[in-house]
Order: sequence, then C-alpha cells, then structure tokens
Amino acid sequence: MAAAASSALHAVGAVASAKPRSAAPAVARRRSVRVAAAAKGGPGSSGRGRLVTRSAVAAKADEAAAAAGSKSGGHELLMFEALREALIEEMNLDPTVCVMGEDVGHYGGSYKVTKGLAEMFGDLRVLDTPIAENSFTGMGVGAAMKGLRPVVEGMNMGFLLLAYNQISNNCGMLHYTSGGQFKIPIVIRGPGGVGRQLGAEHSQRLESYFQSIPGLQMVACSTPYNAKGLMKAAIRSENPVVLFEHVLLYNLKEKIPDEEYICCLEEAEMVRPGEHVTILTYSRMRYHVMQAAKTLVNKGYDPEVIDIRSLKPFDLHTIGNSIKKTHRVLIVEECMRTGGIGASLRSAIIDNFWDYLDAPIMCLSSQDVPTPYAATLEDATVVQPAQIVAAVEQICQ
Amino acid sequence: MAALWLARASSQLARRAARRLPARHGSGEPTSPWFLGVVPPPALGSPAVEKSRRGFCSVRRFAGESSAAAAVDEEPENGFVASDQQAVDFPGGKVSFVAEMNFLPDSMKERINCYRVLDDDGRTISGSRFQEVSKELALKMYTEMVTLQIMDTIFYEAQRQGRISFYLTSNGEEAINIASAAALGMDDIVLPQYREPGVLLWRGFTLQEFANQCFGNKLDYGKGRQMPIHYGSNRLNYFTVSSPIATQLPHAVGAAYSLKMDKKDACAITYFGDGGTSEGDFHAALNFAAVMEAPVIFFCRNNGWAISTPTTEQFRSDGVVIRGQAYGIRGIRVDGNDALAVYSAVHAAREMAITEGRPILVEALTYRVGHHSTSDDSTKYRPVDEIEHWRTERDPISRYRKWVQGNDWWSDAEESELRSRVRKELLQAIQAAERMPKPPVTELFTDVYDKIPSNLREQEQFLRDTIMKHPADYPTDVPV
Repeated sequence: MAAAASSALHAVGAVASAKPRSAAPAVARRRSVRVAAAAKGGPGSSGRGRLVTRSAVAAKADEAAAAAGSKSGGHELLMFEALREALIEEMNLDPTVCVMGEDVGHYGGSYKVTKGLAEMFGDLRVLDTPIAENSFTGMGVGAAMKGLRPVVEGMNMGFLLLAYNQISNNCGMLHYTSGGQFKIPIVIRGPGGVGRQLGAEHSQRLESYFQSIPGLQMVACSTPYNAKGLMKAAIRSENPVVLFEHVLLYNLKEKIPDEEYICCLEEAEMVRPGEHVTILTYSRMRYHVMQAAKTLVNKGYDPEVIDIRSLKPFDLHTIGNSIKKTHRVLIVEECMRTGGIGASLRSAIIDNFWDYLDAPIMCLSSQDVPTPYAATLEDATVVQPAQIVAAVEQICQ
Repeated sequence: MAALWLARASSQLARRAARRLPARHGSGEPTSPWFLGVVPPPALGSPAVEKSRRGFCSVRRFAGESSAAAAVDEEPENGFVASDQQAVDFPGGKVSFVAEMNFLPDSMKERINCYRVLDDDGRTISGSRFQEVSKELALKMYTEMVTLQIMDTIFYEAQRQGRISFYLTSNGEEAINIASAAALGMDDIVLPQYREPGVLLWRGFTLQEFANQCFGNKLDYGKGRQMPIHYGSNRLNYFTVSSPIATQLPHAVGAAYSLKMDKKDACAITYFGDGGTSEGDFHAALNFAAVMEAPVIFFCRNNGWAISTPTTEQFRSDGVVIRGQAYGIRGIRVDGNDALAVYSAVHAAREMAITEGRPILVEALTYRVGHHSTSDDSTKYRPVDEIEHWRTERDPISRYRKWVQGNDWWSDAEESELRSRVRKELLQAIQAAERMPKPPVTELFTDVYDKIPSNLREQEQFLRDTIMKHPADYPTDVPV
C-alpha cells in the first residue's frame, strides 16, 4: 500500500515537471540576482564539477537541461537516500559533523536515513543515544557550543516535544544571550506530519509549535532534490536549523545531479508557474496541490504553485512576486487551523501585500483534532485535492 | 541461538568493562595514586542483602570480584557458556539467582561517609590524605574566596539600593566555588548553574567585567541581554548561564563528547544544586555520560535548600551521591565547606575523568547562607538562628583562614589590607559600570541569527521610526 501511494505521488510530480513552462524563463530571470552572484554565468552553464548555490526556480526550469547536459546524467534515488547522501558528503567534507539520535547507529535509523553511516564514520560520530530527547538535544547544544556540528535526529518529530525546553530556551537563545560568544550550528531533523494510520501521537506537525522560537530557522523538504540540498545547507548554516521531513515522502524517487549542489535555506521553490492564483504549500501537501492542479488545468485554470520550503523565515520575495502577478492566494498546509504556518503566512501576506490582493486569502488546513487512527477519519482531517479544487474555483470567481 | 547471543553479549560486556581499567591496575589491585584506594567497598547491611547485591552494586565489580569478570576466563571458543545452576544469562550479563525473596532496602543502614580534611578549627585531621597545595596556590585560593565574599556583599547591597535589578549570592559556598576551580585547568569546560561566579573569578574574569554584566552596559559580553549574574565567557571556557535548572547537564555531556572526539586532555565540569537533581535532565545526563563514557564531572552543591524547599522534600534518597551507583557512576561525598577537601576531590575526579574516560559525581555538602536571590527572604521559611550558625561557626572562609594562618602564610594585617583593597576596587567598578552607556537599540536584533534577516531588519526600522516620532516616550541615555 505504501509503495503504491509513493509511486502515485511520484507520478504526480513527474507529470507536473513535464508540463510546458512558457513563463519559466521570465520568472527564472527575475530570481537570478542571487543565482548570478553565486553561479557566475547564468543557470545551466555553470556548476559542472563545482559547488553552485542555486535558486530553486532556476534549477527547476533547467533541471532537465542540467541533468541532460551534465557529464554523467544524474542518478536516481529515493528521498531517504538523498538525505543520506547529503549526510555522507558533509561528514566527509567536515570532521566536526556528527549524528546523534535513537537507533541511528548500527540499526541505521528508523527510516534508514543513517544506514551505513556508523560503519563508515564510527560509533562516536554516529552516536546511538538512550531514550531521552530533551537530553540528547541538550547534548547536541553543548557539543555545538564547543565547535561540533551535530545533526540530531528525532525518531518522530512528535517526540521532539520532549526536547522543547532545550530547543526553545537554549538552542534558540544562547547565541543571543551570550552576546554572540557561543554559536549553535545544530541541525534538528526527523519525520513528522500525518502518515498512514500512525495514531495521534505520531502525527504531529511541530512546525506550528516551533515557529515562534526566536533564533531558529525552519525548512521543510519535499523532493529528493531539495532534501539533499536543504540538508547540506542546514549543516553548513551557523544557525540552528530544524529540517522537517515527512513520513510519507521517504520513498519518493527522483533523478538528481551528480555534481555537488546545495539549496538556499531561505528560498521558496517555484513548482508550477501560472497566472490565475498563487497556491502556497509545503511538504506533503505539495503533492495534493499538484494533483488538484491537474484537475484545475482541465477545468481551464492556471494555478501558480509555490513550495514555500522555508517555514521560518518566509521567502516573501518569491511569494510577493507571485501575488503581484496573480492577486489571489490560497494556502494549503497540513498544520492545524489554529496557530499553524498558514496562520502566520496569512498574516505576513496581509502586512506586506494587502494592496495587491483581489480576494481574501484562503487557507486550507487540517482540522483542529488529534489525528484519528481510522483511515477514513484520518483522510478527512487533512486537506484533500478535491477541497483544493473547490477552493480555487471559489477564489477565482 | 538466543543463548549464544546472550552469552556473547555478557562476555562482550565483561570484556568492554575490563578494558576500562587503567593499565596500572594489572591484576585488579590498585596500587597508586592514593585516591584510587578510596573506591568504596560494597555497601554495609544485612548479610543476606549483601550477598544478593554483590553481583551488581559493587563499584569494584569489574576488578575481578564478580561472576561477570570471571566469565571472561571461562568462555569457551564457540562462545557458549556452560549453563550454571546458580547463575543465569540475561541481556546485560550474568546474574546469580537466589531462592529467597529479598527486597533491597530503601536505604542503607548508614549514610555514605563524607570526606573532609580540615576540622572545624582549621586543623588538618590526623591521618587525612589530601592533595598538597603550594603556599602560592593556597594563598590564591584564600584571597579569591575573600574577594568572592566581598563581591557578593557589595553587589547585593547595590541591588538593595536599586542600582541593579537582581543579584544572587554564593554565601557559604565560597570553598566550593574557588577550591573546585583551582583544581581545574583552563582547557576544562565549565557549565555553571548560576551560583558559581567564583569559578569564573578564579579563571580571570575581572571585577569590572562582573559589574558590566550586572549593569548590562555596552561592555557586557552578553550585550545587555541577560539578567545580572548570567555571566559567560567563551575565552575562559565558561558557558553562559542559562536560567532553566539543570539544562546544562546534558550540555556538559555534549561538551565532554566533543572533547572525547578531539581526544583533548581536558574534561567538562558542570555544577547544580540539590534541587536540580530532581530535573529529568539530571537523570538522563548521568545515564548518557555513563553509557558514552564521557569525561565529565557532575558537581552537586547540596546546600540544603531549593528556594524554600528543603532537601527532605526534594528527595528521599541518601542525598545525591548515592544516585551515582544507580547509573554506574563513581561518586564521592565531600565536606563542601572544607576548601582542601573540595580541592582534593575535584583534582582526583578530574584525573579519573580524563585518564579513564568516565563521568564522576561529586556531592559537596554545604549550606546556602544567603537567600536564594534578591527576590527571596529565606527567614520566612527557615529559622534565623540556623542561618546564623552556618554563617558564623561553619563559615568556610574563616575555617580555611585558620589553616592558612596556622602555616604562617597569612596575617591579620594582610587580611584587612586585602579586604579594604577589594572593597575599594568593587565600588570603583560599580561606579564605572553604572556610568557606562547601555548597548544601542541595534543590539536588540543582532545575534538572533548569524546575519540579521529581513524581517528583523524591518522590525528594527519600525522601532527606530517610532522612537524618532515619540522621543519623549523613550529613555534618552540609550543610543538608537
């Protein structure tokens, strides 16, 4: 069942990227300011054999070109393998990078993200910890303050609620309260989100709880490409970064470049340029949105889909450019209605782009209920493609 | 198949444990240094209890006295240990079983003994063994203890006068602060709770630097962002104080882990009070440190009070030292008001932590003479004569002074000169700190991240615009 679901998700992604992109070059050029500075010579032509910080927009537009044009043609892998590849590359490049968490060592991690790492790097650099999330997160903070770059894994994001004290009171704060004397370049990662009948305690969306902690950065990956790029960027960042993975996306398959690349932590990803409405989403909901996009296109709509990726801070540049073009916004998120990412995003859009809106911002979120176990009930708590289609129809009236 | 795995696991455990002994132990009999002889024997108690406990409560179990170590020699080539009617294999090792049902008592008949070197009159107890100190070191310890005491007095008064908003003294714990610091090296990483400014003082933090932090002026290394007494110095390897209780204990394990990765000749030391041992972080940190074999000293200042909660309401165990055994950690109980005992214990603990790569638990018994902080009046929950007794008759500074003067290393004249000099220096430091301007408003938004992001820059601009529009509503002495 899981395999069928993941291949369905993959199919959606594939269809979306095969669509003609007439708007793509124009959008890519608008985003190219930062890319040009990094890439020296425009997208596509640079970066062979060299590290390139790419704007996801430019990368998406010419990913086919890059894959086709690169020497070895790219390689296909699943998302958990992409995360692992990123870890291996960074641990080889920098001896201070280490991994800690429950069962990450010889067991290879509950979702196989750290499979084989203990054999490659040893028991000390890939550390199995006893079951005490607050304490091994605290341990990561202490190690980071002393110069290491720990990657702390929560077996499920929900368990990191136990680490909330360390994350909020120390991780996010100590760089500030120490006057900049101690930095905390830690990465906290793990699978979260609503899965397949995992029960309420294993279906938490921690991005809504963590979003107001000052000092933290939050990103959510959604494809093998951005998973690897964001993991590498998070490890290299001097700030504490929380990387949200999704339980249902680990088996997504995609072809990624052979050359080294990283994604920018603060940038959103243009998934599908369009003219009629801006749909802002992230993580697993991206795939529900793209599925709805198929239906919408058949009905004559042209939605612009942006995977916001950076949950804290929001990439208001990309989002703003889109709103200035379409004047209508739909947010599709997996967080609960109350106090979720959508709530903050809505507020930020109103603050910054009120004059460009032709319709009230719509936000589709999960219900304000603990996620039930029964499959039918669980499906009803998260946003489904049909609701997205109906919402776009309503906005575009 | 399961039996094979179990046998391998138990012999693996024993082998790994045997590896932990330092090379000089040889057959298991410690010969030197002097302090290793005081690794405690199995607990006293009723014979039946003792027998059933020998298997896993003795600290010397890996020195050849138990069946686990014996299993190393007996192991045949195929790894399968012949089943023994008196012992059985479980994950975690072999245990002897007994047909009589006996519950371990909730406490031992006698409390764990307390190590001390100086008696109440400052004379070395005959037969006591301790780490010798040179005259220079002994005098430095004494003068720093006096400095800490005077600093506490003057800053406390400054708070009462409204010049700083908050203060927290270390009255009665000067020996713990200074003597433990004196036994450490500058590469050792210190993770304090908040009642250990003496450790920072010992390392070279100046009185002016202390004052700057308390006043939150622009010279404060914390840039005015923390309450008074939340000192921190990267340069002196003293982690910035963070208010939540015991969160620094897992940090210490992480710092020790980083030292272990770098194979440094140093350890981490973390301080906490009796109240802090109730926090979950205490238990998990000790457990982690033991499993990870991290070089960290867990130093508990058992001063009898957690604000108004006495230790009788904090825990029911025999203090804190007894808990080390539960996690497989070596521990010692020491008289916290005896400077030489504290110095010796930390010196030994540090050496064990570094050479053997293991955590050590030190419980220093003492008394919190002052109030919890300037927000507390402890006469409300404890008798005044109890406080007075500890302030005068059990004062660690006068006790140590008697020893120092007994060696003809110190005189009354030097005493009054020291006290008046330090007092004058402190008053000057306070005046200078008070006059120094506060950090500008720009520092409100920096260091949240490594580079200031656009949303914070917007918030800063908005604040600056507001101040420009309504200058009368904002203080004039804070630069924008």
